[in-house]
Amino acid sequence: MTEPVIVVEQLEKSYGAVRAVDAISFEVAAGEIFGVVGPNGAGKTTTIECLEGLRAADGGRVRVLGLDPRRDGDVLKQRMGAQLQEAGLPSRLRVGEAMRLFASFYTRPLEPAAILEGLGLADRKNVAYANLSGGQKQRLSIALALVGDPQLVFFDELTSGLDPQARRATWDLVRDVRAKGKTVFLTTHYMEEAERLCDRVMIIDAGRIVALDSPAALVHALGTEQRISFGADGRADEVLGAVRAIQGVERVERSAGRVVVYGQSDRFLAPLLGVLQDAHLSFHDLQTEQPDLEDVFLALTGREMRD
Amino acid sequence: MTIRGLSVFTWTQGKLYLREPIATFFTIFFAPLLLVLFGLMYGNEPNEVFGGLGSMDVTVPAYLGIIIVTVGLIGLPIQTSVNRELGILRRYRVTPLRPLTYIVADVTSYWVMALAGVVALVAVGKLAYDVRFEGSLPSVLAGFTLSTLAFLAIGFVIASFAPSARVAQTVGMVVAYPMMFLSGATIPYELLPPTVQRIADFLPLTYVVRLMRGLWVGEPWSELWPNVAVLTVVLVVCGAISARFFRWE
Repeated sequence: MTEPVIVVEQLEKSYGAVRAVDAISFEVAAGEIFGVVGPNGAGKTTTIECLEGLRAADGGRVRVLGLDPRRDGDVLKQRMGAQLQEAGLPSRLRVGEAMRLFASFYTRPLEPAAILEGLGLADRKNVAYANLSGGQKQRLSIALALVGDPQLVFFDELTSGLDPQARRATWDLVRDVRAKGKTVFLTTHYMEEAERLCDRVMIIDAGRIVALDSPAALVHALGTEQRISFGADGRADEVLGAVRAIQGVERVERSAGRVVVYGQSDRFLAPLLGVLQDAHLSFHDLQTEQPDLEDVFLALTGREMRD
Repeated sequence: MTIRGLSVFTWTQGKLYLREPIATFFTIFFAPLLLVLFGLMYGNEPNEVFGGLGSMDVTVPAYLGIIIVTVGLIGLPIQTSVNRELGILRRYRVTPLRPLTYIVADVTSYWVMALAGVVALVAVGKLAYDVRFEGSLPSVLAGFTLSTLAFLAIGFVIASFAPSARVAQTVGMVVAYPMMFLSGATIPYELLPPTVQRIADFLPLTYVVRLMRGLWVGEPWSELWPNVAVLTVVLVVCGAISARFFRWE
């Protein structure tokens, strides 16, 4: 077992009377993509800022790469990279200049040109920051977080404000970062992002941890049934018995023109299709519904996640 | 932070400064233009009001004060607050860039910009009016450096307390422009009415102008020490205030 990259014990932070982070504890392992999700104001940014050393905690213990972010900030900052929410660059600074500038901050920087190439920014080298598109600015912020060759990278709301296509493209870039052996700690308020991107997800709400596990385990633990429904004519009644007998099927509901099959696993999809075909039953508009992290959040907090 | 890191940052800050057309104009071209304008009006004939020197002979060193006050009280507070407002300072704080390195690089780049303005001013003064220079270059450079540092320190105080770039700009201009006219930087001290002269005695820029005019004609440091003392106090006090109250976000 290698040492955890991040160890947080009973972290507390208040702003006035508001408890932004309320005694949370967790660990992040090397090579993980670890995500913190929760609605706005849940304490995500406060948590990440305490880890980055931007903010002093009121209580608890924080170790990042074995270091105290406040006391050993100089050493830690050489080994971490960070993209911040709402942090810009001088509008007239060009992409290549920004990379050279940030590279000069680190003792062993990577070659800026190679990073820009990898992020598809090679042809933007001479473009001023103000003239970049939203997606390009975001990719540059990733590039700047990587130029010091960090072991650990922080992304705070990396994809907020991006269109869905750019968001998906950014996920691939984050996976690339991890593939290079780095640990990624990110925050997001997009449940889908956490589900698709993260190895483990910590759901927080009002400064407390609501759940912490892999997305699949969180969804599984919810125990919510999966649903497959399809439209069919009156002859569907003849096969209901056979459908109920399929392994994994828990119950079947018949409503006007539609059949809904409930179960714990989607393993019954193939047998179900087999039953329908054997009966030469024509069906249409087949839909599968699986619970996702949104449902997990709803079940655990009793509230909908709002963007 | 290495020397290389410091020089890359200083160089970058300088380039960014030159890409702001308004900042560049007021730092490098404004004082020489003003000099030409007043030169056309007054010429540079020896005048007993100035102890036998010409109007331009005393104006060139006094205008150093205009450059210094522009860079220190307008350029630095605006740029620093903009950098804070856009989260640029915050972004630097999660890199190994040390606060001290940032300050040193920033101050160095403003000093270089002000120096470029001085070179342009002196060049125009020399070519157009053949202004007299009887001091020593190292002394003038030293006096200019002390004056610039003192005013950059005042600028950092404004940047520390201004809640936004807009406020920093307003405060900087409100402080800088009256000071330019009341301190003898624009209109020679000798020509100011006695009441204004008494106001001038309370303005730090007055001591910059006295120091630079003195050094320009070769007066010894031993006679200029009150100006040095005032500017040193300004530098130390404002430096301490900004060290205590400067905000990175």
